[in-house]
Amino acid sequence: MQIITNFFKTFLLYELVKGMALTGRYFFARKITVQFPEEKTPQSFRFRGLHALRTYANGEERCIGCKLCEAVCPALAIKIEVAEREDGTRRTTQYDIDLVKCIFCGLCEEACPVDAIVETRVFEYHGEKRGDLYYTKPMLLAMGQKHEVQIAKDRAEDAKYR
Amino acid sequence: MMLQALELAGQGFFGALWLPLWTIVKIMCIVLPIMGAVAYLTLAERKVIGYMQIRIGPNRVGYFGLLQPIADGLKLFMKEIIIPTGSSKFLFVFAPIMALAPALAAWAVMPFAEGVVLANVNAGLLYLLAMTSLGVYGIIIAGWASNSKYAFLGAVRSAAQIVSYEIAMGFALVTVLMVSQSMNLSDIVHGQQGNLGLLNWYVIPLFPMFLVYVISGVAETNRAPFDMAEGESEIVAGFHVEYSGMAFALFFLAEYANMILIAFLTSIMFLGGWLSPLPFLPDSFIWLLGKVSFILFLFLWFRATFPRYRYDQLMRLGWKVFIPITIIWVIVVAVWMQTSLWVW
Repeated sequence: MQIITNFFKTFLLYELVKGMALTGRYFFARKITVQFPEEKTPQSFRFRGLHALRTYANGEERCIGCKLCEAVCPALAIKIEVAEREDGTRRTTQYDIDLVKCIFCGLCEEACPVDAIVETRVFEYHGEKRGDLYYTKPMLLAMGQKHEVQIAKDRAEDAKYR
Repeated sequence: MMLQALELAGQGFFGALWLPLWTIVKIMCIVLPIMGAVAYLTLAERKVIGYMQIRIGPNRVGYFGLLQPIADGLKLFMKEIIIPTGSSKFLFVFAPIMALAPALAAWAVMPFAEGVVLANVNAGLLYLLAMTSLGVYGIIIAGWASNSKYAFLGAVRSAAQIVSYEIAMGFALVTVLMVSQSMNLSDIVHGQQGNLGLLNWYVIPLFPMFLVYVISGVAETNRAPFDMAEGESEIVAGFHVEYSGMAFALFFLAEYANMILIAFLTSIMFLGGWLSPLPFLPDSFIWLLGKVSFILFLFLWFRATFPRYRYDQLMRLGWKVFIPITIIWVIVVAVWMQTSLWVW
């Protein structure tokens, strides 16, 4: 009996028609494509995009050159040099992130005791020549200045889970 | 009337040159729309498959992506044609021409509407079989001339596949010509005329043959799920791996021109060509276009639905399923036609 039903099912293309009915239904289904430059998917406040170095409200940079981020970075993308400033505080003279090496894991952000290095929501950036994606301290500070409002808001929102 | 006047004036003006000139004009009237149809079939394919995968497909170039085929063609046109060092140069260049020429030549006997046909040949069906079989040479030559193992494997697969399915296809056509008692494509359509509309079409008595013909047609044109010759996942792109630019575009054109050809043939032989499905509506070219679009949509639908056949399954289907079925149905129809139950 089983053999006979299978025989007829094969000859009447039962399974093929079933498969085509499925794709036929999807032909009319609502399309899920996000048309990127015009439409964007929502982002989490924990989104890990391009890095930034933050400053305090008085303009003083937060980073104290403890090198915890450099130590924790699994991709060895961060390079820091430290020296004493005129006022006797410990500050970085060099703070570079090689974005080509960076894997955007967010560990530098986790490690930072003063919330200096953070990752912003910016993910649409590019480099036109070799070295364009090697971010230096002034570039990172500029990123921090530019996006401070959004960064502060995201940190505040995340604070209650920490 | 207009055409007759034009023909008289042309004969007066050009004399003996008129016939070749007028034929070239007619050929252009067939070939140019086919090229346009091929271009937009590629867009339709991407759109339909996209929609079935709940995407929206190309929509950046022009409204609804309508200029996409032109952009693609332009891109291929500007690209360099690379001829591999180890290849057989003449054959390498010759192969794409060999693939496209028969695909276009086959259109010579295609009737588009009552009396609208370039060459009303009595053995039209035989001519078509011959022309569609010639297409395989382009593929074999391409595979061999490329001097690449992937191309060669693709060509060998494709040759075996096309030869196997040709037989089933031929038997399906034998039933049609038994029923219509003619090899002239216009007469085959006339044979399906009647006062019952679509019940007079050959698809009703020959339904199994219709299925076999459509499926063999998919296999003949190397389309998914029978695209063993291309087999991206195992042999990269098959016979045309080494081709680029316009040489590649010619293979592409040939494949899609063959698809449209098969769709036209199916419509003419089984779905009544330009005859209207309802007896009270007038017959027109529009019906033929509608039927062809339906068959082409099926081609795209198959591609969006079915996974690729394994090679032994493909051969099993061709030799052990289709050929016996068609032979049996030829006999059934032959006996049926002798009884009083035959009404077509």
